[in-house]
Amino acid sequence: MAVLVYADNSGGSVPNSALEAVYYASKVAAEKGTETIAVVIGALDNAILESLGNYGADKVLHYSDDKLSDFDSQSYTRVVSDAINSTGANVIIFSHNYASKSIGPRLSAKLQAGMAVAVMGLPKIDGDSLTIRRTVYAGKAFADVTISSAIKIIAVTPNAFSPEVTDKKAAVEPASVDLTDSDFGMKITDTNKVTDKVSLTEATVVISGGRGLKDASNWDMLEEMADMLGAATACSKPVADMGWRPHSEHVGQTGITVRPNLYFAIGISGAIQHLAGVNGSKIIVAINTDSEAPIFKAADYGIIGDAFEVVPRLNTAIKNLNG
Amino acid sequence: MNVLICIAKVPDTTTKITFTENNTQFNTDRVQWVINPLDEFALTRAIEIKEALGGTITVMNVGLADTEPLIRKAFAIGADEGIRINAEPTDCFFVASQIAHYAKEGNYDYIFAGRETTDYEGAQVGGIVAEFMGIPFIAGVPKFDYDGTTATMEREIEGGKEVITVNPPFLASIQEGVTEPRIPSMRGIMSARTKPLTVVEPVEAGSFVGVNSYELPPAKGDCKYVDAENSEELINLLHNEAKVI
Ligand SMILES: Cc1cc2nc3c(=O)[nH]c(=O)nc-3n(C[C@H](O)[C@H](O)[C@H](O)COP(=O)(O)OP(=O)(O)OC[C@H]3O[C@@H](n4cnc5c(N)ncnc54)[C@H](O)[C@@H]3O)c2cc1C
Ligand SMILES: Nc1ncnc2c1ncn2[C@@H]1O[C@H](COP(=O)(O)O)[C@@H](O)[C@H]1O
Repeated sequence: MAVLVYADNSGGSVPNSALEAVYYASKVAAEKGTETIAVVIGALDNAILESLGNYGADKVLHYSDDKLSDFDSQSYTRVVSDAINSTGANVIIFSHNYASKSIGPRLSAKLQAGMAVAVMGLPKIDGDSLTIRRTVYAGKAFADVTISSAIKIIAVTPNAFSPEVTDKKAAVEPASVDLTDSDFGMKITDTNKVTDKVSLTEATVVISGGRGLKDASNWDMLEEMADMLGAATACSKPVADMGWRPHSEHVGQTGITVRPNLYFAIGISGAIQHLAGVNGSKIIVAINTDSEAPIFKAADYGIIGDAFEVVPRLNTAIKNLNG
Repeated sequence: MNVLICIAKVPDTTTKITFTENNTQFNTDRVQWVINPLDEFALTRAIEIKEALGGTITVMNVGLADTEPLIRKAFAIGADEGIRINAEPTDCFFVASQIAHYAKEGNYDYIFAGRETTDYEGAQVGGIVAEFMGIPFIAGVPKFDYDGTTATMEREIEGGKEVITVNPPFLASIQEGVTEPRIPSMRGIMSARTKPLTVVEPVEAGSFVGVNSYELPPAKGDCKYVDAENSEELINLLHNEAKVI
């Protein structure tokens, strides 16, 4: 029975996190000795659909009905469950993101399927049950969990798997499902996409600032660093609460969880709730005037110093490095 | 206006996470339990809207008797009624099945859940409840308004945000940003004792995901310091030693 993977369509391209999910799905399919089928919703170039094969998809089911131009958890769930029915898939893979949080639980209810999220490792499959490693307690621990339902849903953590790319092409099949009014419950009145910015959960480098930066205008030097490194910007909770930065950039236990290769904590004390959202990062760099700040306990590299002096020097060094 | 808020019990966010029974159980020793912070934001936002439009706010929890202090805390903040479904919350599917069963009887205009709990972080209960009830579900809402007929809210999608409108009934899972939590007033605390808390028994429901064991991540190595006078060296180390830029 096939492995199905939901590949996000982010305004005409497939984001890295979704490619990682496709790759992950192909590994699970290989273990089960079956094929990998990707589901993609909305307009997308055929060449991009075929290129999902590079990441391990054998087949792509492409649902391009105009009615699906807006993301609605009800209609999107109809589509994915249609794909599950038509392929007989019994393992469904997502990247752990907005789509998985919207569609995954609805599928879980519809199909009596157990779902594991924030997944960090490949599954061990033993007959009808599947055991998998995920993070819990905001990244403070791992749990090995078993899913025992017939259909299983897995949402993998972005940046946890690096795909091996081949030149295989996927077979693309147009697909459709009859949608009725009852499949739509909401109206989108305004869309505000920040397309020129790197998405925070996907970024491999994150430049984050805290209350130590004293004022919103001081983010200019962080933005400059982020631009040079192709990084996303982030902040601590009080910074978002004070309106210096949008809430969508707030990381931590009550904000977003990130796990980039490199996390810069600048003027951030390193409260336990902040660390919860960032301690999955590969390398943490702390810049803080206070040598006793707890952030240094979590950091791999540290500079005890004033951000207003250190950051401009780092920016110059990055400029030199980039040539 | 009838509103339902699903509240979960989680360890206080400063809790040191450790395990017992050969790493199969979370160590609850000396843990202080709180309402999941995102659920408290949801509750507070619902109270603000009720102050403008009137209505009744019910909180619902799937848990054993030890969760009642948290339901009383929700009363002190401003919830009017509480329902405790008397069962150990095993997994998201089980919890959501219970909530959906009793929520169907309640005739609620809208239901709030948290985007996820801070402990197990399933990020599923709200969506499962919505599917069982056949109503729209909006995941991760940082901004919410309701005028008595239509709700207008923001949701954060990958790489941006959208403003959407939905008519009741619907379920939204709330995240940071909707409002700031309130400290209960003296009057709130006094009235909390007398507000109605109903205990109901669970219905038959499946449970599909179980934890076998836990593991703590390996301890971090020591921090390597670079002199502030020599900050440029950090970029060199990140490039040549850590190889992350
Ligand atoms: C239920 C709950 C949930 C929470 N969730 C989150 C969450 O998700 N995310 C989060 O971030 N927080 C969260 N918090 C808040 C958390 O406890 C801390 O208050 C917060 O992280 C502190 O933010 P900060 O480090 O920016 O500010 P501060 O703690 O004020 O630290 C500022 C730091 O800047 C340093 N500094 C000052 N000047 C300079 C300078 N010129 N150069 C360099 N360094 C300088 C100071 O030494 C200090 O260490 C939560 C709290 C609670 C109770
Ligand atoms: N035991 C519970 N009782 C009531 N509501 C719950 C319970 N567990 C989770 N929820 C609700 O579902 C949300 C998401 O939880 P989860 O899907 O477990 O991450 C929480 O923020 C609560 O609103």
